Amino acid sequence: MIAYIVRRLVGAAALVVIISAVTFSIFFLLPRLAGTTPDDLASRFAGKSPTPETVQAIKERFGFDDPVPVQYARFLKGVVAGSEYDTGTDVIDCPAPCFGYSFRDNINVTDVLLDRIPVTLSLVVGAAVLWLLAGVSIGVLSALRKGTVFDRAAMLMALAGVSLPIFFTGLLSLTFIVHQWDLLPPVSYHSFLDNPFKWAGNLILPWVTLSFLYAAMYARMTRAGMLDTMNEDYIRTARAKGLPEKTVITKHALRGTLTPLLTMFGMDIGLLLGGAVLTESTFSLHGLGELALAGVIGSDLPVVLGVVSVAALFVVLANLVVDLLYGVVDPRVRHN
Amino acid sequence: MTAPIEVSGSETAQPDAVLEGVGRKAIQGRSLGQIAWLRLRRDKVAMTGGVVIILLVLVAIFAPVLVKLFGHPPNEYHQDLIDPTLGAPMKPLGGMSGDFLLGLEPTTGRDLFSRIIYGSRVSLLVGFLATLVAAFIGTTLGVIAGYFGGWIDTLIARVMDIFLAFPLLLFAIAIVGVLPDSMLGLSGNGLRIAMLVVIIGFFSWPYIGRIVRGQTLSLREREFVDAARAMGARAPYIIVREILPNLVAPILVYATLMIPTNILFEAGLSFLGVGIRPPTPSWGDMLSSAVKTYQIAPHYVVIPGIAIFVTVMAFNVFGDGLRDALDPRTR
Repeated sequence: MIAYIVRRLVGAAALVVIISAVTFSIFFLLPRLAGTTPDDLASRFAGKSPTPETVQAIKERFGFDDPVPVQYARFLKGVVAGSEYDTGTDVIDCPAPCFGYSFRDNINVTDVLLDRIPVTLSLVVGAAVLWLLAGVSIGVLSALRKGTVFDRAAMLMALAGVSLPIFFTGLLSLTFIVHQWDLLPPVSYHSFLDNPFKWAGNLILPWVTLSFLYAAMYARMTRAGMLDTMNEDYIRTARAKGLPEKTVITKHALRGTLTPLLTMFGMDIGLLLGGAVLTESTFSLHGLGELALAGVIGSDLPVVLGVVSVAALFVVLANLVVDLLYGVVDPRVRHN
Repeated sequence: MTAPIEVSGSETAQPDAVLEGVGRKAIQGRSLGQIAWLRLRRDKVAMTGGVVIILLVLVAIFAPVLVKLFGHPPNEYHQDLIDPTLGAPMKPLGGMSGDFLLGLEPTTGRDLFSRIIYGSRVSLLVGFLATLVAAFIGTTLGVIAGYFGGWIDTLIARVMDIFLAFPLLLFAIAIVGVLPDSMLGLSGNGLRIAMLVVIIGFFSWPYIGRIVRGQTLSLREREFVDAARAMGARAPYIIVREILPNLVAPILVYATLMIPTNILFEAGLSFLGVGIRPPTPSWGDMLSSAVKTYQIAPHYVVIPGIAIFVTVMAFNVFGDGLRDALDPRTR
């Protein structure tokens, strides 16, 4: 078990480094290959219609003239050990983990990230609970009643669910449920610690919208997995030895179905925690995804790099937790 | 295939006689493709999806004709029909009428019907081409990984794992945002469409790659591959002539199921403002402007949304049916 954990940890760390390296290349290597000079890069980060002096200052401050690997090493050093910025007049200390300062409003990216994480976290965790409950139970019921009206209706709904873009369902619910019929309060984020009821009440709509999409996906996968598992030999064995059908389903079939779903769940949670971009922009929630989008549109490199790094970290952490859980749930994994 | 023993028509008279009771109809051999086609034809839901897809493709191709017949040019402003203080169309239902079939765009008063019709071009084009790119990369790398095994397989499988664990949407946004406005002789929306195709295709190949790899792993061990190898065939010949033909069905199914995902991907990027740029009409971009006006013009949310939904649903339904027809075990 310990060897298994160590192997997973090493893999996870490698993944974070790879993802951050790729992000870095997107911003530095790709434009360079496409013919962008360090000057162009600096002026892009300098805001609209910059003076040559600002461009020069930015170029020097961020070392855009250095080779890309050197710049990447500098970025990594900032994250691990912190760094100092020389603004010309004085030196600003940026403690680890330092993602630098926003080009737009010159604030510490780490602070912005810490500000945004609770929003995305609230959105995703609430939705995840809903979609897991709804998706898995509908999938299991559908598989057990394969071919019935319930199964067909549920699967048609699920297919519609995966065909509806979240920004459409989100806007629809905003238009009708909030605006026209006044059934729910407008969507906004309130701190959970401040007022849990307000926190939940104002997030119900995004939760339901986001979980509708994922519940549809999970219902389809659970049904397919369940039908597969029910054909396994060990189910026949369990039935043959006289176990009641209820035990066969809950103890044998469900367990075999849910283990692969666990992997999926870890991946989805990880990806969403890094920024549910579409949901956040539909409901104007100021989470990580919305931050990244604003960063890209405003060419605010440190912000984007910060969000993507945090996103990578979430992906890796979620996968790690799932892998470790897998080792507990499925004994075959440990011995492999 | 020619049978080793020649059997000419007159000599098969006897089985015919035996079959007399069933109506003298000769038994026909059916290829796997024919069987699948028969199954697919019986699946009404899937066939509906197929018909809708064909209609959509026709709409996209004949968009200029349709607009000329039933609409107004997609970028023609009709601000005289817009309430100047609210910004919403003056007539009810978003200004839907015989003249403007799907109503008017808020503030500008452009004809929504024409914009929806033209929007189908971007969606379908990007959806198809990106899938083509993904299928090409996925098949190539999947077959190579599955056939050669060893460290090549480990490397490609690892890369696919990393891709699947990536925050893809964030990356796509970052790349689109960082690329210059003109490149490789392309500019404007031509460049953006090309970029979207490459980026979406590049990010979705592992889904096909994984399936192709898995199938190749098992095909590699089959007798006919052994036979080809024993006769002295080399790897490229075996891959192209023996393995690839057996992969056509799964590739077709998963490519069909990938088209709707890629259409949603494009719509999502355009919704976020990093995809197709106005004034070229795209469904995602329409929904993104609808965010500003949903309180006064709900029809502007509903119509592009339904367009995306119908298109994506048609492909999903058809893809599901295709999978069931080609692989009855999934039923």
